[in-house]
Amino acid sequence: MFKDVTIGQYYPADSILHKLDPRVKFLGTVIFIVSVFLVRGFAGYAFVTAVLVTLIALSKVPFRFMLKGLRAILIILCITMIFNMFLTPGEVIFQKWIFKITREGVIQAVRMGVRLAYLVIGSSIMTLTTTPNQLTDAMESLFSPLKVVHAPVHEIAMMMSIALRFIPILMEETDKIMKAQIARGADFESGGIVKRIMNMIPLLVPLFVSAFRRANDLAMAMEARCYHGGEGRTQMKPLKYSGRDIVAYILIFGFLAACIFFRITRL
Amino acid sequence: MGIIKSVKLAFDYLKYGEDESDVQKVRAIDDVTIDIEKGDFIAILGHNGSGKSTLAKHMNALLLPTEGTMWVDGIDTAKEPELWKVRQKAGMVFQNPDNQIIGSIVEEDVGFGPENMGVPTDEIWTRVEESLTKVGMIKHRDKSPNRLSGGQKQRVAIAGVVAMRPDCIVLDEPTAMLDPNGRQEVLRTVSELNEKENVTVILITHYMEEVIHADHVFVMDSGHVVMQGTPREIFSQVDRLKKLHLDVPQVTELAYELKKSGIDLPDGILTKEELVEELLRVSEKMKSKPQSKGTRSEKTSGGNKASGKARKKSNEREGTKK
Amino acid sequence: MILELKNVSFTYSRGTTYSVKALDNINLSIDEGQFIGVIGHTGSGKSTLIQHLNGLMQPTEGQVFYEGQDIWGSTNPAEQGKKKVSKKNRYDLRSLRTHVGLVFQYPENQLFETDVISDVSFGPKNQGLDETEIRRRAEEALRQTGVAEKFWKVSPFELSGGQKRRVAIAGVLAMNPKVLILDEPTAGLDPQGRDDILDQIKKLHDERGITILLVSHSMEDVANYADRIIVVNDGKIAYDGTPKEVFSHYRELEQMGLAAPQTTYIVNELAERGMDVDTTATTITEAKESILKALLEKRQLRKGETFV
Repeated sequence: MFKDVTIGQYYPADSILHKLDPRVKFLGTVIFIVSVFLVRGFAGYAFVTAVLVTLIALSKVPFRFMLKGLRAILIILCITMIFNMFLTPGEVIFQKWIFKITREGVIQAVRMGVRLAYLVIGSSIMTLTTTPNQLTDAMESLFSPLKVVHAPVHEIAMMMSIALRFIPILMEETDKIMKAQIARGADFESGGIVKRIMNMIPLLVPLFVSAFRRANDLAMAMEARCYHGGEGRTQMKPLKYSGRDIVAYILIFGFLAACIFFRITRL
Repeated sequence: MGIIKSVKLAFDYLKYGEDESDVQKVRAIDDVTIDIEKGDFIAILGHNGSGKSTLAKHMNALLLPTEGTMWVDGIDTAKEPELWKVRQKAGMVFQNPDNQIIGSIVEEDVGFGPENMGVPTDEIWTRVEESLTKVGMIKHRDKSPNRLSGGQKQRVAIAGVVAMRPDCIVLDEPTAMLDPNGRQEVLRTVSELNEKENVTVILITHYMEEVIHADHVFVMDSGHVVMQGTPREIFSQVDRLKKLHLDVPQVTELAYELKKSGIDLPDGILTKEELVEELLRVSEKMKSKPQSKGTRSEKTSGGNKASGKARKKSNEREGTKK
Repeated sequence: MILELKNVSFTYSRGTTYSVKALDNINLSIDEGQFIGVIGHTGSGKSTLIQHLNGLMQPTEGQVFYEGQDIWGSTNPAEQGKKKVSKKNRYDLRSLRTHVGLVFQYPENQLFETDVISDVSFGPKNQGLDETEIRRRAEEALRQTGVAEKFWKVSPFELSGGQKRRVAIAGVLAMNPKVLILDEPTAGLDPQGRDDILDQIKKLHDERGITILLVSHSMEDVANYADRIIVVNDGKIAYDGTPKEVFSHYRELEQMGLAAPQTTYIVNELAERGMDVDTTATTITEAKESILKALLEKRQLRKGETFV
């Protein structure tokens, strides 16, 4: 039942985007998202769209995988668009009872829709081409300056990677416990909301018990393997920039500059 | 002093009752004195709750003694401020294969120990490759641990310990959750490490078949070491083992039963081959030797003592039967 | 016949590139009161097989019958044979699961209640029984699995591994199943815990007449308790017969990654080397008797010779 859920949704392929340093991809994604909100005019969006299409082509990931992410936020997308359409004041082009649609509203709705869609597609290009581990490494490395102010950067990154390792195991466990309780006559499907929540107890209690036991075991196993925090730790796969990463950085900042240009000139 | 040595080791854990104030001290192990030589294959037997896991956790400084002392390669674990130095010397493999793999990719998991120890990157790669080769998992290096069988996962866990280059590996019931094939895989790997790499192995288990190749066996019961010796010495005491709620391998039990019925077999037979040979020998003897009592006892007096005694007993029994 | 599988096949993720055929045209009938050992290595399909017996999994092909009734077919004769079954005519799978109790591997992982007896009551409660009957069944099940009364009001999480397992088995037993399927009930237990559990199961079979299916890796255990052994390999039934019949194929079993009990090897080796022993001996007692007999016969024969 839960085995089909894919977390991190990495799509293995041999593309230039897959090979890029995860830090480049992470920063690039952040800049892309900022840019999507920066540009306002038609020319600006055309430019961003062109860049996005190029990235999709470069990633060698089938486009439908990116649409999957879009489907998940479809409702949010619709609500945002509708609110913008009706609630933006301006030149009325359609009116019925208390509802009125303004020209500005339509433009705003389209703009918000495009922004959200691009935001999701842009970030799924990153998650589809980067393994969860690379991503946590990138975050640890990018946020490491925060260690100066005693932010537990290493610990948070470690927690994230352990969570990623255990999510599939706990999914499978959920499946097993569910089956075991169904074999004891449990019913997870019928009844009202309150009853359904109550019915989840035989599933959730064992799941928590198991998760805590696993956490305990894992902590001990980590200690047994000399884990004593981030201090004095080396890395098996340290992140290293190569030539193409530098080129990518130059392109990313060029892209940002172009978007700022579009913003200023209101193109 | 051996690689692992304890003197009068005792450990209490606290048991909390219904009430916060209701705290009981429970002694998990008591007065344990052992000395393990470098390069040995040691087995520790005992039923659940006999204290064998508690003892194992002392060897890795996961627990520190309440009383007595534990030395790992000469370091007193209670006096070492940086416990991970002890842990590097005595690596540990646990029961549940899922709960001890940290990395999302096999090779990254094996690199976890060396990373913690601050080993330089290049050397981590050499160590990872070496240890994955030693446990025969090198071709799975890029896989997710979730896609491996139980036995393979345990071999990855062993590789993770080997990559730390420990003097000794403590395995706490590494096969308890595995199927027979997985169990064999793990045992083979461990024996190879012991033979080829001269790593000291301390195997904690309740599967008796797993200890027959050990150099030395300790049997634990209610926190004490109650028996120790070679596997043969231990398994010759079938009644005592049964009293301790332990099994003996089917072969040993069959030999023991036959011996009780008067067949002349040596004590502590451990393998199928051994038993078959012995039985054929007995069968030959019965064919070739005359039946009369006199000639028989003459013959046995020249043989080894143990079998002589057994022979006498068997003669007595058959005598009473007739 | 209480359970029957007819041409049952099951394919995981059918229609995708990942599809795996876990069961391949299984035909199997189980009579009431049998004690069956189910053997197969990990991934052989034995877990998939047992989940078909209580309707937790639906076969992709073939039919499953409980007491003659197709559990995926319609209860209405007019609808029989049709692919789609209307909702009201569906077989009551929830009640089937109370008749065919399934104890999963490491069943203690399913415990969730605040005390032992409430946890065991979960099954009967789901059956919609009244309070006194629920209580009676729970107590009976706990007694039959050998959980001492002083533990009944204790939290199940405070018990030892072996005790937890008994409580979990009692939880299924309390539904009064006619068939009890146990998936490796002794996994991870020490020898004492293992013997205790197996003896309890044997008692349930002998005293309550429950049909038992015991899934196990241990040939020794199965040889000691079962009167019929089913060997599953590659999604098919490789052997089905008495322990003696099945273990006589010990060389083939080995090729499947299984092994016969050690005693089987010993008696076979002895026979090959010229000793007149019964090669079908599977338990220690049988092997002992047979070897003793062979050795003593030799002596009598030789006695005869000296007479001549």
